[in-house]
Amino acid sequence: MDFDLSDDQRLLKDSVDRLIADRYAFDSRKKIMAEPGGWSRDMWAQFAELGLLGLPFPEAQGGFGGGPVETMLVMEAIGRGLVLEPFLPTVILGGGLIQAAGSPEQQKTLLPQIAQGKKTYAFAQVERSSRYNLADVQTTAKQDGGSWIINGEKSVVMAGDTADTLIVTARTAGGRFDRGGIGLFLVNAKAQGVTIQGYPTQDGAHAAEIRFDNARAEAVLGDPAGGLAAAELVMDQAMAAICAEAVGLMHEMHVSTVDYMKTRKQFGRAISEFQVLQHRSVDMFVALEQARSMSIFATFAASETDPATRSRNISAAKVQINNSGKHIGQECVQLHGGIAMTMEYKAGHYFKRMTMLEQLFGDTNTHQAKVAKAGSLF
Amino acid sequence: MDLSFTPEELAFRDECRKFFREEFPEAIRRKVLDGQHLSKDEIVTAHRVLNAKGWATPHWPVEWGGKTWSAVQYYFYQDEMQQAGVPSPLAFNTSMVGPVIAQFASEDIKKRFLPATANLDIWWCQGFSEPGAGSDLASLRTKAEKRGNTWVINGQKTWTTLAQHADWIFVLCRTDATAKKQEGISFILADMKTPGITRRPIQTIDGGHEVNEIFFDEVVVPEENLVGEVNKGWDYAKFLLGNERTGIARVGFSKARLKKIRELAALERVGEQRVIDDPKFIEKLTSTEIRLKALEMTQLRVVANDRGRGGRPDPASSILKLEGSVIQQLTTELLMDVVGPYVMPFAESDEGSGRNEMGWGPEYAAQSAPAYFNNRKVSIYGGSNEIQRNIIAKAILGF
Repeated sequence: MDFDLSDDQRLLKDSVDRLIADRYAFDSRKKIMAEPGGWSRDMWAQFAELGLLGLPFPEAQGGFGGGPVETMLVMEAIGRGLVLEPFLPTVILGGGLIQAAGSPEQQKTLLPQIAQGKKTYAFAQVERSSRYNLADVQTTAKQDGGSWIINGEKSVVMAGDTADTLIVTARTAGGRFDRGGIGLFLVNAKAQGVTIQGYPTQDGAHAAEIRFDNARAEAVLGDPAGGLAAAELVMDQAMAAICAEAVGLMHEMHVSTVDYMKTRKQFGRAISEFQVLQHRSVDMFVALEQARSMSIFATFAASETDPATRSRNISAAKVQINNSGKHIGQECVQLHGGIAMTMEYKAGHYFKRMTMLEQLFGDTNTHQAKVAKAGSLF
Repeated sequence: MDLSFTPEELAFRDECRKFFREEFPEAIRRKVLDGQHLSKDEIVTAHRVLNAKGWATPHWPVEWGGKTWSAVQYYFYQDEMQQAGVPSPLAFNTSMVGPVIAQFASEDIKKRFLPATANLDIWWCQGFSEPGAGSDLASLRTKAEKRGNTWVINGQKTWTTLAQHADWIFVLCRTDATAKKQEGISFILADMKTPGITRRPIQTIDGGHEVNEIFFDEVVVPEENLVGEVNKGWDYAKFLLGNERTGIARVGFSKARLKKIRELAALERVGEQRVIDDPKFIEKLTSTEIRLKALEMTQLRVVANDRGRGGRPDPASSILKLEGSVIQQLTTELLMDVVGPYVMPFAESDEGSGRNEMGWGPEYAAQSAPAYFNNRKVSIYGGSNEIQRNIIAKAILGF
């Protein structure tokens, strides 16, 4: 057992941290947010150059050959910098689904395009009332000669307004909640019959409502009726990834709160001298360390071979991350006082992203119920 | 980064598990797992079984019976011990006075006390807290005066746990009233049979007689009973309190308790429903388990980091006591939730309640409320959770 990073991992961490520190200052981020779709193509090219966009792919497919720990390191840095580029939708979800369900040919063609920064992806999975149930799919795919025709509506598709390709869960067989009969379809965002309405989200990112009216899919990843297991695996990996991103956010919120307390003066002294405030910032620290522990736990759970254990452990981690994140976010704003209520100060933006991550891929109630159903964690 | 253990580490874990579950007296483990108090004889027996295997004092210097275990081995030893319901070796002996004597006392004192302390031939109790010196321990007023070749102790100690069983007491005494408060304190050993020492039991809200007040009235002890140097007692006390870095989280103990709660919640019924099927109950149980899992991971981080830190505690270790104590308390709440109305009968006895002597309700009911009341202490003793927060604020956050 060892929590130290290897030399390669340390190198990766240093280079990502440096990129974020150099290029992702709060003011730079504001400018990036104003670009089309809310992210920077220039920054994306730099990510590609650093090898980040192929991070989890095998080297034979233009990747870096990184594992869950490498993903964790990058996601934590993404959290610290409040990075807006669609790394999660493209690399973790898009690339992850192609790796998990795609044919060797598809992997050989599509993964290098992601790694080189040529193509971005979005995972069109949520429907109006499906919430966090991947099997609740009413969008349909019907075979038409050699291809598939998609009909249906997807909600709040992360980065759905700028993605080149959408990976759509659609039903080829079975009833609304059946686990069988779900396929993963690649649909060109510019294809006929695809209507995309993009919008900014609370955290400065973008999402889209997407309608498919007889839209023709470019391809299907794997079995058109057996895509759910791959979707669940990749969703768990993505959840582990956002746990790490959340730790990055919490770390920044805690550090900035402590720093602020040391400089802000009221009643003739730094507010860090008040014990009641000291203790509240200590409780933030405890929540942060507990979250960090569970982010590491989730990182290793993501490669657990038994799906039930994997899913239970990741859900447990998500509960801790959500609880810690809510506590730290609210306390960060409270201890900063009025300044954290303003859009022009960074603290509130961390709080906003953290709040969105709490519901992303499943809120606390959902995951707590999943853990409860799975039985003891020990 | 790798969360797996080496085959050697796993073999060690299995050795611990086998010993604690198969070779240790079953009846004592059962009582601990059921939350009952142990008698003096049971505590002594348990301690000596461990010492016979060389496992009562693993963290002592090797020449005095310690082991050269790695942090991971020590972790498994504690975790398996706690999960099996094996009582820890008597802390006053093995974690407190033993290491202080081994580190700071003269060779004569070491030879005289360490083997007997390791084997619990001498039962020690701790004379630290006073009515006016709790969290602010350094303001203690019990004083020791040098008279000839003796020290004469006058004053009062309190919260002295299990002093009714003790043969000896280690006492923090003020030996220089003019020095800064931390700099005038000495660490003195006294035989409990010395004339002038009297004990008054304190009954705690769980009904038990775990703690006592100890009065010192012109208590004369030989000068060689002062450990190390005069007026250095505060350093020794800090050393003693800092000795325990990971075991204090009691993760293994809370795991065992949650397992027990799951078992009982599957037996106990509310109408036609089992308690474990109550959504509100299972939510609380699950959230406590998740919190404990996070703490277990935090503890492993501290254990793993221990190697490269040359004895300096990991900052994360400071949260172990904070979280660990709250989780222990939560488990006692859960147990009361399982028991329901039969938390109410109160059994008063000298050994403390714990056994269902009165026979009202299920066997496991009698110890649930006492455990809840008793466990309020865990966030108070050993540096209250507020003091822990002060420490983190200063040492880690730099306030």
